[in-house]
Amino acid sequence: MSLPVKPLEQAIEVETLHMTMRFGAFTALDDVSIRITPGSFHALLGENGAGKSTLVKCMMGFYRATSGEMLVDRREALVPDPRAAHALGLGMVYQHFTLVPSLTAAENLVVSRDDAPRVIDWRRERAALAEFMARMPFSVPLDQPVRALSAGEKQKLEILKQLYLGRRFLILDEPTSVLTPDEADEVLGHVKALCEAGEITVMMITHKFREVTAYADAVSVLRWGKLVGSALVSDLSHADMARIMMGEAELPDPAPRTGMPGDAVLSLKGARASDRSGLKQIVIDALEVRAGEVVGVAGISGNGQMELMEVLTGQRPLGAGSIEVKGAPYGASREEARVKCVRYLPEEPLHNACAPRMSVTENINFRSFDLNGSGRRFWLSGREMRTRAAELVAGFKVRAASLDAPMASLSGGNVQRAVLARELTGEVDLLVISNPCFGLDFTAVAEIRARIMAARNGGAAVLLMSEDLDEIMELADRVLVMSEGRIAYEKPIADAQIAEIGHHMGGYSA
Amino acid sequence: MDSDIGLWAIPLAILGGAIRVSPPFLFVSLGEVLTERSGRINLGLEGTLVFGAMSGYALAYQTGSPWVGVLAAAVAGSLFGLVHGLLCSLPRVNDIAIGIAMMLLGMGLAFFFGKPYIQPVAPDLPAISFGWWSELQQVQAALRVNVLFLIGIAAAIGLWWMFRATRLGLIIRVVGDSSDAACAMGIRPSVVHTFATAAGGAFAGVGGAYLSLFYPGSWNEGISSGQGLMAVALVIFARWNPIACLWAALIFGGAGALGPALQSAGISQGYYLFYAAPYVLTLGVLIATSSPTRAVTGAPGELSITK
Repeated sequence: MSLPVKPLEQAIEVETLHMTMRFGAFTALDDVSIRITPGSFHALLGENGAGKSTLVKCMMGFYRATSGEMLVDRREALVPDPRAAHALGLGMVYQHFTLVPSLTAAENLVVSRDDAPRVIDWRRERAALAEFMARMPFSVPLDQPVRALSAGEKQKLEILKQLYLGRRFLILDEPTSVLTPDEADEVLGHVKALCEAGEITVMMITHKFREVTAYADAVSVLRWGKLVGSALVSDLSHADMARIMMGEAELPDPAPRTGMPGDAVLSLKGARASDRSGLKQIVIDALEVRAGEVVGVAGISGNGQMELMEVLTGQRPLGAGSIEVKGAPYGASREEARVKCVRYLPEEPLHNACAPRMSVTENINFRSFDLNGSGRRFWLSGREMRTRAAELVAGFKVRAASLDAPMASLSGGNVQRAVLARELTGEVDLLVISNPCFGLDFTAVAEIRARIMAARNGGAAVLLMSEDLDEIMELADRVLVMSEGRIAYEKPIADAQIAEIGHHMGGYSA
Repeated sequence: MDSDIGLWAIPLAILGGAIRVSPPFLFVSLGEVLTERSGRINLGLEGTLVFGAMSGYALAYQTGSPWVGVLAAAVAGSLFGLVHGLLCSLPRVNDIAIGIAMMLLGMGLAFFFGKPYIQPVAPDLPAISFGWWSELQQVQAALRVNVLFLIGIAAAIGLWWMFRATRLGLIIRVVGDSSDAACAMGIRPSVVHTFATAAGGAFAGVGGAYLSLFYPGSWNEGISSGQGLMAVALVIFARWNPIACLWAALIFGGAGALGPALQSAGISQGYYLFYAAPYVLTLGVLIATSSPTRAVTGAPGELSITK
């Protein structure tokens, strides 16, 4: 009987030497040398586009570095493709789950093995898996389809999979971006313990300073493809890390809050809707957003925020209850949204707020192409549309090849900005936004948050759904937590505590 | 002996009809399950079915052996599947459009090459009588089961087992459910798609051979009444589960036998409306199980129609 799991061996050392990667004239990675000692927990910091993913893709064999080399256990290692990297004991946990949703955890583990048997003897495999799990510090239910697992369990399973495959050096790409603070602490704590036991070496890509300080031994910082700093975590403060990461760039200060909340603009009463699977319901008994306040909805994705957003944008029928805007029933038609000045930034704006193949100009004019002042127009005015688009593209710093480029050709951050440009222009009384800064770099984040704050100070009611707790703590006047399709927690921001919010996000009510 | 069993004749005729009519549905839908589980959809199976019927009949006539005909139909079907699979592996080629083109091509080629075989008589596939215990002619007729039907049941169970307990089956499911995960595992999705489509075509070809070599049992241009297309709907009905395909095929076969059964029982008024039963059933099932806000459960994640 061939043992499916290699016995745990020693952690390995990985070192890059003068690693350089050029794409045409663009240098994505410039002479980067990093040494990760065996059993250490190494953090890799950097803004978007700093070259973090290029570096790990070179290490994992997805790219072939233009020059430079990699040493594994002090021996030169050639990785022409990911298989070669796997054979050396290098493994990667991606930011997006690579588990197959309809397969069970056990099936996912077995099928990922290179030497998976042709005919799977499930009794034997199960015994072997149970034995493997017994040696691990954490476990996941093996017989459920991965679809049914929580984000934390999926992330644990991703890490277990790497260990099951006998990998000794793990690259974790923002492993906690979809986890609650509690789940993140649990997962990283276990990973840290495996490092300390000398079983694995870890390199983690992250942008959360808290996790770096709490779990990493050493940190390397990339900026514009260059290694700009490498140090022991114990020698650095958060401010030091931010300074190395940002260089000399100045961040706009968070906008000040002014004004007092006014009358309720949005109110939901007894709203019910079913989710995509039709099995679960979201139930919002009462939710009010008043003029001049930001209500932040925290929660792990998949707890009903998307459904709430879809109900508000009119993409999902309301099963029962009512939605009122400014005291009158609201059906989310384009006409009603225009008259009541309701604006949206849904999640995945390319699909939920744009026509991907239409041009940037056309997309930016979706709210206004048929308006002529306050009246209607039959013939569109191409010149007016172009002028408006050009102004907004410049004003919101949207980077597009041309105004005629299809929306789908823009990067995620630029789609986000283009939609915000459209939605935040003109009079806004109610703004419903979801993860407005997802995947944007520091400067863009600060800018977009300032615009949201400006809308609030201008008297708009803002409903902000975000998976980024820091964002909610910064912007919101009142914070709610959605869990299992319900509002599980509500507090003014002054009384809200991160730990308490985290517990409710995880579904425990203290 | 012909005894009068009254209204019992109707369920008996439906049962017999289900067993007699369902194999083409079963084979085509099993082929489609295999293809769709890998993440492609092949709408061309109607053409494959008709070409399989023609090539099976022709070879059976030429060699005198119906089994050679079945084999020829399977080979022809897998060739059609292979062409579909390879074409769809090219960048920006749509599997639905190619499927419709392959359907028309298959029927056109079958009519073209099939002209000389409309008159000759080819040997039939053997059937086993499971009705020997009864004296009633109706029972004996209903339980005359073709060997291909039994092979179809075995194939359904075999596919179910393959998806559950073999590496090949798991890999097909991985590719169908998440291309990203497949790529991360070092599997090339287009290779899996192509072979799954080819194997699916072979199933559809065998379904066609059943039409021309057993029931109705001759080759002509009107041999298929859309079984190849109905089978695609049937796969959705069966939620991509091979065992459920077997039941779905039997239900469709039974519904198809409703009209003749009523007619034989002497109910002649409007009986021809009952010939539409399978199609009404398809519409009914699809409407009943559809929803504007819910995703279809059990659908492979990469399938273009359910994405």
